Amino acid sequence: MNLLVLSGLVVMIAGFVLRLNPLLVVLCAALATGLAGGLDLLAVIAAFGKAFNDSRYVSAVWLVLPVIGLLERHGLQERARLLVEGMTGATLTRLLTGYLLLRQTTAALGLTSVAGHPQTVRPLLAPMALAAAQPKDEAEADRVKAMAAATDNVGLFFGEDIFIAIGSILLMKGFLEQQGIMLSPFDLSVWAIPTALAAFAIHGLRIWRFGRARR
Amino acid sequence: MIGLVQVYLLAGLVFAAFALLSARDASNPKRWVNAVFWALLALSMLTGDRLGDLGNGLLVIALVGIAALGGLGRGAGPDEAKARQERAMRHGNRLFLLALIIPLTALAGTLLFKSVPWLVDPKQVTLVSLALGAVLALGIGLVVLRERPVAPLQEGRRLMDAVGWAAILPQMLASLGAVFALAGLGKVVGGLMSQVIPDGSRLGAVVAYGLGMALFTMAMGNAFAAFPVMAAAIGVPILIGQYHGDPAVVAAVGMLAGFCGTLMTPMAANFNIVPAALLDLKDRNAVVKMQIPTALPLLLFNIGLLYWAAFR
Repeated sequence: MNLLVLSGLVVMIAGFVLRLNPLLVVLCAALATGLAGGLDLLAVIAAFGKAFNDSRYVSAVWLVLPVIGLLERHGLQERARLLVEGMTGATLTRLLTGYLLLRQTTAALGLTSVAGHPQTVRPLLAPMALAAAQPKDEAEADRVKAMAAATDNVGLFFGEDIFIAIGSILLMKGFLEQQGIMLSPFDLSVWAIPTALAAFAIHGLRIWRFGRARR
Repeated sequence: MIGLVQVYLLAGLVFAAFALLSARDASNPKRWVNAVFWALLALSMLTGDRLGDLGNGLLVIALVGIAALGGLGRGAGPDEAKARQERAMRHGNRLFLLALIIPLTALAGTLLFKSVPWLVDPKQVTLVSLALGAVLALGIGLVVLRERPVAPLQEGRRLMDAVGWAAILPQMLASLGAVFALAGLGKVVGGLMSQVIPDGSRLGAVVAYGLGMALFTMAMGNAFAAFPVMAAAIGVPILIGQYHGDPAVVAAVGMLAGFCGTLMTPMAANFNIVPAALLDLKDRNAVVKMQIPTALPLLLFNIGLLYWAAFR
């Protein structure tokens, strides 16, 4: 067993502890593991280049920024704040719990890209949460915004696996098939439901306590 | 057929516009650095398939070099809080309708495009719909808000500056996963993991599998990379083979244990680091820290669920 290929993981952890630029750390980790795995330098660079080119779809999401910027220029964030301030009973707890439920439900229907950090958290959810929480200082405002982002992640992760045609379900099905185990996507997705309920309960409880501390 | 090519073309043009506007941004002391960084990204989007593997590799080295040596600057956007407030009063709640065009188009497109596979690549319906939503919202927004076309690009450039080099970190991590797989890292980790499980302990194997999924996901930033490793090391041979666990539970709940790891790692950059940049948070790890108290009890729940439900 070639233990040297683990050097990439060591580089990742060391780079994180030393707070080096993460892009540099990732590149060095790829070089370390690639060289240890028996590739020569140019082959590692080429392999990384090919993988980078094949995963451009990850960065394509930034094409929504101009329209988000346009709406912000015309006061979308201010409007979101006004809307929440105008609603009686729009507490931070209700806002975030409602969003969590909506995000989990839409993700469970396969609509994972309907919401997200650039699409909905920055322009809508974060300003609404700030309006509902009325933070005293900037550190407090940062905590509210971080909770809004966290709520989006929890809703997405523990909703999407209920949908039968999501990437992770297909990955599991494909992997098990190679091992000679035949399962339908439905068999897998139904087992995402207990964890989805637990995630709603646990994160919902945290939102409730978070909101109560800020009343 | 409409697919990734058209989405990349659009993204490339947007990055090219960011590069041009950065070059002309006198408020940014490092405007040329920003211009070159976004121009390289535009080049990748527009011509990546023609650069060759080594060419793409050198392009990545250039991007990393720029970010690591001095990094990007940040142009001062126009501070027009007052004007924004005034416009917000004038436009009213119409702004929300415009904002909802993106998610609604993504929703409608994802559902409808699947029935026209000759028009839209069935594997890419969501990304195509998202891009279409952005274009529609932009077009309608320009008319309704009576803006010049350069305004959204300028505002987009401002937001992009706020994100900075972190914009390509998710793509870099995805590429790292591919190199790790090529070098056989997964097999080595799997081999090590299977040695640490105490013999004959079903609970020990379940805990090692669940914790291993979470920890390896944290190191890789991605549960998809961790799953084949842990499933091949413990899930299939021990939990399913030796103890006759239900494969559906072992796979599905194991993956969800990995998702708990995703909540706790800065390596999952697009979920944890990018939002911190997008939301202007001072602490880059603020989102991760906020998620840990949700992730830990949920991980415990998943390990318990594995133990009870897989061996009914």
